[in-house]
Amino acid sequence: MTGWEPVVGLEIHIQLKTQTKMFCRCENVWGEGPNTRTCPVCLAHPGTLPVPNGRAIEWAVKLGLALGCEVAERSVFHRKNYFYPDLPKGYQISQYDEPLCTAGRFAVPGSGGDHEIGIVRAHLEEDAAKTVHVGGKAGRISGAAHSLVDFNRGGTPLVEIVTEPDLHSPEEARRFLQLLRQTVVELGISDAEMEKGSLRCDANVSVRREGEEGLRTKTELKNMNSFKFVGDGIAAEVARQIEVYESGGEVGQETLHFDPASGRISSLRSKEEAHDYRYFPEPDLVPVEPPAALVERMRAEIGELPAARIRRLEGELDFDLSYGLVASGRDELYERVPGERRAVANVVMNQLAATGAHPGRVNAEELGKLIEARDRIPRATFDEALTAAGEPGFTAERYLAEEAVTDASELDPVIERVLAANGSQVAAYRSGKEGLLGFFVGQVMRETQGKANPKVVNERLRERLGA
Amino acid sequence: MIDTLRLTAEDAAGLLKRKEVSSEELTRAYRASIAERDPELHAYLHVTESADGDGVPIALKDVITTKGVPTTAASRILEGYVPVFDSTVAACCKDAGLPLLGKTNLDEFAMGSSTENSGFGPTRNPWDPERVPGGSSGGSAAAVAGGLAPWALGSDTGGSIKQPASLCGLVGLRPTYGTVSRYGIVAFASSLDQVGPLTKTVRDSALLMQVISGADPRDSTTVELPQPIELPEAEDLRGLRIGIPRELNEAEGMEPGVKQSVDAAIRLAEELGAEVGETRLPRSVEFGLACYYLIAPAEASANLARYDGVRFGHRAQVDGDLTELYERTRWEGFGDEPKRRIMLGTYALSAGYYEAYYGQAQKVRTVIKDEFAAAFRDFDLLVSPTSPTVAFRLGEKAENPLAMYLSDVLTIPPNMAGLPGLSIPCGLSEGLPVGLQLIGPQFSENALFRAGHALERAFAFDYVPERLR
Amino acid sequence: MEAGVAITREDVLHVARLARLEIPADQVEEVQGQLSAILEAVGKVSELDLSDVEPTSHPLDVVNAWAEDEPRPSLSREEALANAPDPSEGAFRVPAVGS
Ligand SMILES: [Mg+2]
Ligand SMILES: [Zn+2]
Repeated sequence: MTGWEPVVGLEIHIQLKTQTKMFCRCENVWGEGPNTRTCPVCLAHPGTLPVPNGRAIEWAVKLGLALGCEVAERSVFHRKNYFYPDLPKGYQISQYDEPLCTAGRFAVPGSGGDHEIGIVRAHLEEDAAKTVHVGGKAGRISGAAHSLVDFNRGGTPLVEIVTEPDLHSPEEARRFLQLLRQTVVELGISDAEMEKGSLRCDANVSVRREGEEGLRTKTELKNMNSFKFVGDGIAAEVARQIEVYESGGEVGQETLHFDPASGRISSLRSKEEAHDYRYFPEPDLVPVEPPAALVERMRAEIGELPAARIRRLEGELDFDLSYGLVASGRDELYERVPGERRAVANVVMNQLAATGAHPGRVNAEELGKLIEARDRIPRATFDEALTAAGEPGFTAERYLAEEAVTDASELDPVIERVLAANGSQVAAYRSGKEGLLGFFVGQVMRETQGKANPKVVNERLRERLGA
Repeated sequence: MIDTLRLTAEDAAGLLKRKEVSSEELTRAYRASIAERDPELHAYLHVTESADGDGVPIALKDVITTKGVPTTAASRILEGYVPVFDSTVAACCKDAGLPLLGKTNLDEFAMGSSTENSGFGPTRNPWDPERVPGGSSGGSAAAVAGGLAPWALGSDTGGSIKQPASLCGLVGLRPTYGTVSRYGIVAFASSLDQVGPLTKTVRDSALLMQVISGADPRDSTTVELPQPIELPEAEDLRGLRIGIPRELNEAEGMEPGVKQSVDAAIRLAEELGAEVGETRLPRSVEFGLACYYLIAPAEASANLARYDGVRFGHRAQVDGDLTELYERTRWEGFGDEPKRRIMLGTYALSAGYYEAYYGQAQKVRTVIKDEFAAAFRDFDLLVSPTSPTVAFRLGEKAENPLAMYLSDVLTIPPNMAGLPGLSIPCGLSEGLPVGLQLIGPQFSENALFRAGHALERAFAFDYVPERLR
Repeated sequence: MEAGVAITREDVLHVARLARLEIPADQVEEVQGQLSAILEAVGKVSELDLSDVEPTSHPLDVVNAWAEDEPRPSLSREEALANAPDPSEGAFRVPAVGS
């Protein structure tokens, strides 16, 4: 990998969580029975016409602003023509040479400073329907391969975001996507869940020699459906391309599929015909010229963006902790909880997250009290309290009443028992295996049913074993 | 006894209002005429057995979607299709209480000028069954001219209301683009398609426009007419400046009889008080047809992509894969003309050709718009023949698509500019009706109706076909 | 690319393929002849030098037509499938995509 620089651009599709679809007023819902959210428009019956969703237009503007884009004075929908059973009209209404948002910059903070990723465009379009493939056992007539089409999802509003090829490592691509996701979620315009397909990502990948100008042939990596797969997929493709070049070969332009299970990259069967989408302006729709008042209203709705917050929190925490809090959306709770910042950040990021408690429902004041008393109450009690912290009406009071055992006269007999019962470990510790301390602490905590103060136990054990 | 050949919709409404007949009696009378003459004319593709409403019954061109009533656009690919929704104009007619007599024949997907391109056989002209009624709204025109409907709706993309009105001795209005909803109108060319009335009189046309016009939230390209439609009363043309675009009045292939009728009509307009002068539309006429035959097929190639045998309509029996299903279904389902236009439009939009064909045609469209705008600085209305010829014989042009395309050479230019046009009968040539085309600026429907009404009174044209009188 | 250039047999097959129309082999020539004649006629648009002219894609100067984001009732599944040539399990069935 040394001597080579990956060059990556992303194409991201985000489903907007509007009440209705992009061009008809069918409900935009997930997980209903097949073909129960359709109408003549989204089934493309003869004569039906699209009517844009005003909220989708507003939200696309809002997202564009959050990405630092210019909102076009005039934007036009086009028809993108191709045949596929999930595309009922035989064309997708999308945007082409006059997209709603262009020329943005999105800052991805890193420990060494911000990296600005150029945004080529963010435009509005409609999603395809869902196709389920069934049957297909060779040699069985009844099992002839076919597909079942469900048009419920057909016509869901999508924003497509295209970045410049400004990403230079799989890790950076993953971070960009995470931060973009968090931004979209905070704007309140999408669930942006990769598992559900409401956030989808393709990557254009190429590599070049360090210091080399210009771009080499890129490949397109399709539909990686988790943040991890985005990182893994790009890493695998980068490695493949480097190997091709280093063994004297050439990288060909193709569309690829990453299989996360095997970690392998495979070529999607190239279509017999080159794509010729025959874009032309959609005559059933009129241009969108976002009024200044609309743009300003959207701008006013945007709060402090995740990247800015990472920078702000970095003032009180280190970069990784502030990035982690913001990228996971836990910083909102973090900011509400009073107390020593690092302790609060650690608990919110780690122990609390482990309990699965919803951060938005946690009573911050009460959590602050718990964290403040963390060393005084039994570990088990603290964990129990965290688990309950998201429940309605939660108070810290009854947990705080359970003081941890800190009295050495109570703890020493337990410590003696533990050491006596584990003679070989004691010998190992004394011969240098100091990592065993945790083992002894654990044993003491168990003997006291978690009521011992771990800090005091630590101190006493060190003292005893050191002797 | 109701004389369906002579009764206007306005008179029928009067009879209903005075309770001299009931809506059922009216409908029954038209059904009887249909039973008598439609076997010869074949104006209808589907005749309803019953219909609701207490008003004057109506026939709708079969591109107009009607809930529960088959809608085929005269294409085999939509054979058996029964819509689960109403088009906006069909709903307007229902709301106005107009019972539906049936769905009328057309050139498949409104592509043609003779109604010979129907997937279900041609319609014949009530003036002479050996001749075509024009097209593509030939079924609607033949139904009204033949007394099989008091009035009807057609649709006009390149001239499909005006030209059959001309060939059948009727009044046909192509409204300003965007004033009548296209929701539920089987699309041919979206930036050109417009629904309008085919009637015996100008006042009937205005009455029907009152029913169907207006902005529709289901069609983003609609607007409200700046003034409501008025029923014309005036019988003179004082103060009206009428422009005669030389190129529209001296077009190649114009029959002398047509030219004479129109010239006489223009002299009559002067006698009625109009100021008449010459104007020019040089590039609109020279390049209009070429422009139209790029833009309309391009839009059609996309509009007709939805006929794929998946959700409705014809589906071929194939053992193969999806591509085979698509290709077979579409080849079997579409007639020659739609296939020709789909391929032409696909070609004009395809990589490497877009700028030279479709892109260039869109610029020609701007030129045409500008030329008309300039003409309307000096004139309130423009007039010309609607069609260069009277009704031609069945089969005469069927083998030569380019000759057929020339039928619309005079109606296409104003259509490209989104302008309203009214065709009214102005006389006979060789015993067949000649149409006069009145063209106005956008939203000038009231002016067209006023002028059309005054001229109609002066011409005293008898709209009942001579052989049926 | 110049307008008005004659269309080849390969062009015809390519366009038919893009448009998903299966032209029987014995009809390609006829289609080619018709399309060539029409293309030659419509190629006339290239006689004009319109480099300074803006295209018109719409006859009316209307902008910003959109609807409130308020749901309206959908069709029932029965209505949605009423015209389907091959309904199956509440869905539209099609042969598998290409092989
Ligand atoms: Mg897209
Ligand atoms: Zn819908």
